[in-house]
Amino acid sequence: MDSVLFPKGVKRCSLPMFLLGLIPVVLVLLWGVYAMLLCWIKGLNQTNMNDSYGFALWIWADLAVIAIGGGAFFSGLLKYVFGKDELKNIINYAVLIGFICYSSALLILAIDVGQPLRSWFIFWHANVHSMLTEVAFCLSCYFAVLTIEYIPLILENRKLNEIPFIHNMSHNMHGAMAVFAATGAFLSCFHQGSLGGVPGVLYGRPYAYREAILVWPWTFFLYTWSAAACGPCFTILVTKMTEVITRKKLVKDKVIHLLAEISGWMILTYIIAKIIDTIYWAQVTAPLMGFHWTEFFDSARSSLTYHGQWILYLEIIGCGIIPALILITKKGRQNTGALWFAVAMATLGVCINRWTMVMQPMAMPVMTFDSWNLYLPSWQEWATTILPVAYGIILIAISYRYLPIFPQESELNPSD
Amino acid sequence: MFWFSFEWIWDMGHMVFMGGLWYALGIIGLGMTYVIIKTILDTFYPDFFEPGPDDHH
Repeated sequence: MDSVLFPKGVKRCSLPMFLLGLIPVVLVLLWGVYAMLLCWIKGLNQTNMNDSYGFALWIWADLAVIAIGGGAFFSGLLKYVFGKDELKNIINYAVLIGFICYSSALLILAIDVGQPLRSWFIFWHANVHSMLTEVAFCLSCYFAVLTIEYIPLILENRKLNEIPFIHNMSHNMHGAMAVFAATGAFLSCFHQGSLGGVPGVLYGRPYAYREAILVWPWTFFLYTWSAAACGPCFTILVTKMTEVITRKKLVKDKVIHLLAEISGWMILTYIIAKIIDTIYWAQVTAPLMGFHWTEFFDSARSSLTYHGQWILYLEIIGCGIIPALILITKKGRQNTGALWFAVAMATLGVCINRWTMVMQPMAMPVMTFDSWNLYLPSWQEWATTILPVAYGIILIAISYRYLPIFPQESELNPSD
Repeated sequence: MFWFSFEWIWDMGHMVFMGGLWYALGIIGLGMTYVIIKTILDTFYPDFFEPGPDDHH
């Protein structure tokens, strides 16, 4: 029925089957939209946020999707600036995943601000002393860049591309893409860093506070580094998941292994920096503020509590050192199971890092009369956080069906 | 925020933050303007960037 819209030389399922497959995802999406409308119409009393948890599930989700969406800027930087031309076979998908991640982040922020109609205030009445102003500027500009990078893919749809104006537009956008990719990398570095800078400057929260180089705390650099390291892992993870769902090989192993190797070295160098940062914080920063580092973990009750030390070890060893060692070795990358494990753990690791830097400082007692605060998100918060996942699946499904996302697909699947 | 807004101050913070924003928006805007103009020329005036037959001596 819609086969004229498919990319050349590939096979897709029938339209009714495609729509049938989307139904459960659309239902989840509608559930999220309903919760979103409740938050907009009735206000933030729909959430379980309170005076202790002004930053809650949404902010963690925001930081996490921005970090795992870092695959777009880093792959773009590698391809367009450092000349890793092999990555042209995965860059489209990295851009699509980045576009989904950043639009999701903006959507969550639109719910979180409570008054979305006043979102423009941050541009017009900017507080130029705030890291979050820089985040807002760079985030919105980078989303514009990602949109510009995604548009040529839409224009390359088989039917659309028959129109001369659209064909030329797509061609010219590709021609200018290096400029946009370099701008995107610049913007991305700064907003990833500033997101890290936000907890890093909180001297009233010694768990998150870090020393600074000029105005930038260490967390500024660690956040940028971790996003560049783990973002490509998420791109590989989603690519592998897409291959399983479609039962097709979509990208050559050579391309995946190249990205995995670069990512592995980035994770290794990042995790060394993170270990040094943690030791310095535990031995110097925290004692200077009158704390022993173990006081920052809710381990008095049990070793497996909500904010226990286990989370630190899981992040550094399980989701840092182990995936890095797998990805930097040829044997590790070539073993399918190990590759899956490494990219999944690296993705989890960056999400845990954002969790600990957002939620853990909120949970800890700040005053002597305070106790550990616990927070469980309301169903509206869960629904609006799951909403972007459903939206992402739908956009990936539609893009995969109608757009030439994977240039190697027809070559790798000649039976199509 | 522009320099003619009542809340504008000529200090480093405003110049760096807002300058950075305009710089990024400028590159994106100029880049897209170039792409659109070139596309119009390529589509409706295909010989615009090609040397005409009289240009070859």
